[in-house]
Amino acid sequence: MIRRSLTLFAALFVFFCVVGWVMGAANISLLLVQSFAMALVALGLNIQWGYGGLFNFGIMGFLMLGGFAVTFISYPVNAAFWGSEGPMMLARALLAFCAGMLLVIGARNAHRIGIRGGWQTALTVLAWAVGYIVYRSQIDPAAQYIEANAGFVGGLGLHPVLGWIFGGILAAGVAYVIGRICLGLRTDYLAIATIGISEIIRALLKNTDWLTRGTLTVSPIPWPTPLPQALQAQGMPITDSFVQARLWFLLLVLIVVGLAFFLIQRAYGGPWGRMMRAIRDNHIAADSMGKDVTRRQLEIFMLGSVLMGVGGAIFVSFAQIYDPGSYQPINNTFLFWVMVIVGGAGNNWGAVFGALLIYVSWIISDPVAQAIFGTISHWSSSIGWGEIPDIQSRASQMRVLVLGLVITAALRFAPRGLIPEVVKRDV
Amino acid sequence: MNELVFFFNTVIVSGIVLGCIYAMGAIGVTLIFGILRFAHFAHGDMMTMGAFVTFLLVTALAAMGITTAPFLPTGFAVLPVAMVITAIIALGLDKGFYAPLRRRGARPVTLLIASIGVTLIIQGLIRLFFGTGVYNFFETEPKGLIRLPVPLEGVTRTVNITQPQLLMIVGTIIAVAALHFFLTQTRLGKAMRAMADNADLAQVSGINTKLVVRVTWVVAGALACFAGTMLALDVQLKPDLAFNIVLPIFAAAIVGGLGQAYGAIAGGFLIGFAETLAIFNWSVLLRPFKDNLPFTLPADLSIVPTEYKLTVAFVILVIVLLIRPTGIFKGASS
Repeated sequence: MIRRSLTLFAALFVFFCVVGWVMGAANISLLLVQSFAMALVALGLNIQWGYGGLFNFGIMGFLMLGGFAVTFISYPVNAAFWGSEGPMMLARALLAFCAGMLLVIGARNAHRIGIRGGWQTALTVLAWAVGYIVYRSQIDPAAQYIEANAGFVGGLGLHPVLGWIFGGILAAGVAYVIGRICLGLRTDYLAIATIGISEIIRALLKNTDWLTRGTLTVSPIPWPTPLPQALQAQGMPITDSFVQARLWFLLLVLIVVGLAFFLIQRAYGGPWGRMMRAIRDNHIAADSMGKDVTRRQLEIFMLGSVLMGVGGAIFVSFAQIYDPGSYQPINNTFLFWVMVIVGGAGNNWGAVFGALLIYVSWIISDPVAQAIFGTISHWSSSIGWGEIPDIQSRASQMRVLVLGLVITAALRFAPRGLIPEVVKRDV
Repeated sequence: MNELVFFFNTVIVSGIVLGCIYAMGAIGVTLIFGILRFAHFAHGDMMTMGAFVTFLLVTALAAMGITTAPFLPTGFAVLPVAMVITAIIALGLDKGFYAPLRRRGARPVTLLIASIGVTLIIQGLIRLFFGTGVYNFFETEPKGLIRLPVPLEGVTRTVNITQPQLLMIVGTIIAVAALHFFLTQTRLGKAMRAMADNADLAQVSGINTKLVVRVTWVVAGALACFAGTMLALDVQLKPDLAFNIVLPIFAAAIVGGLGQAYGAIAGGFLIGFAETLAIFNWSVLLRPFKDNLPFTLPADLSIVPTEYKLTVAFVILVIVLLIRPTGIFKGASS
């Protein structure tokens, strides 16, 4: 087993070297940062699906939350907003929100004062409606006011790493709510519910212009490490400055990934990991042994989401732009599933391997497809069939097809992944 | 009264149109879930694929100079052929991707992940061959618009419905009636319901389960082609035509109870109407009484802003999952 992993990782290293040699140092350093951030998210999914057997198809939502968190924390302070009526109006909206929640909670506990059955249901619905109207009556003018006078709320101007941490916390908080709602559901219902919720998160973050500037996008978001421009100011040549700045960023990402990897690898081997596998493999048996299945699943769902939130924050930090319109289920949810399935669910080494392999293949399948199409086009025009029209846009779609083929092939021929989970049997 | 006609046009007509599309898609999803016990995520892309098959047929006919334009949209006329082709492709998809996994005894979850792979494959292929552009069925022929005057005094607005929309409503009624006949009157339909109820019992009772599976794919593929083509005729044809609405379709199927064909129809219309009602600007209806109202009428009084239209379906989905996970009609459990 170990020999196989070592061989695969050695092959991956050679693969990276070849890609790096072809694409140049600046590009491969970019790819490395991105693929290790991907690996962090894949580790998060591996906790949820590989350790706990939870079906999270809402990764996109957590990535967006992480991205929003880092934008909010690290973007410079918007003085126009803080100097205006905006904060007060938002506070009133928050108050209205809390009042609405209290109303709903009150209605849900109405059975204590003797209102039961159908009446209580009617009261709850009424409470939701009233709460919604009260909240909307405060938030709508606030949103309009902020958009008109200050653009958007801006950030807090703190260190980006704080933003990463906040991304994890925010994702965990949302995961708690989602988990409380959905974790009682069967696997396929859970999948659809999480997709639905991630779409709701996307719609919210995309359309609340006062908070995220929506499709107008926020940039530039600061880096935690020196920017290439800062290095250039010190007199470094342009290419070198990019490589070096990205290597510093890579170092930071590697520390985060390494820490997360170490901790969850330890957790996997410990009693906690054993319990999780027991719940995954047979939750009824685990329940009868006295394990609180729903609570443990909530725990693992939140833990995985923290890594996804941090990963999403790192992406946005690195790209320096937060564009809620750019998130797509294919790029931001399914891609990670392919990574974990191909790599090997339940094995952290497998998840990291899958993330690195699939991400780089995903990126290079575009130029490779273009080269192939170019050759075919050249050949077909030489025998008089004419050229293939718009090669460029078609070739960039090739990666979707490749992804689909890879995942179906993996499910069929290597259902446990390239580096499968090692099942230890103590005698 | 003009306001009521406007309400009818923007809410009732578009609600019915949306409901028909959701219902047709949801029937396929729910049938596959009932028989094969997995959520077939690639259904939306089967709809898109069906629409593209129709488009190819129309283009081929147009190249030969054949068109049924003023009488019927050509896209509608070739629909039966396209439905047959899509059904065959659906069978092929099952044979190529799902049947091997089933034979190995894979869990439904694995099949769900495989269906996402199939989604990506279909989307990749469509984009590879057709690019990412937008196509229109009505480039060479006019899109018929029917204006019905309302026989009431003082009404100047007309009830507007396009020819494809009318055809869609008629087609949906015919398809649902045929499906009802098939499920209740024919031997195969009864076998299908029996297998949805209890697959093992159906098998030991001598029902040819393999045949039932094949028939399910044929029905689901044909209905997906119908729904996809109708959607493309109503709006435009693009590679992510139905991928964007696959979640509302799942919401419709779950609201109706997974595995329940009639529930899927009810769920489809419920979601369709909920979406159009939620984004409708109610102050339009109140405007005639604005002098008698105790408050000043805001310009926009819709329940949610227009950009949250699709979110309505997800919210309904989450609420239903919370309150009644088996759906309005009691669904099959796996």
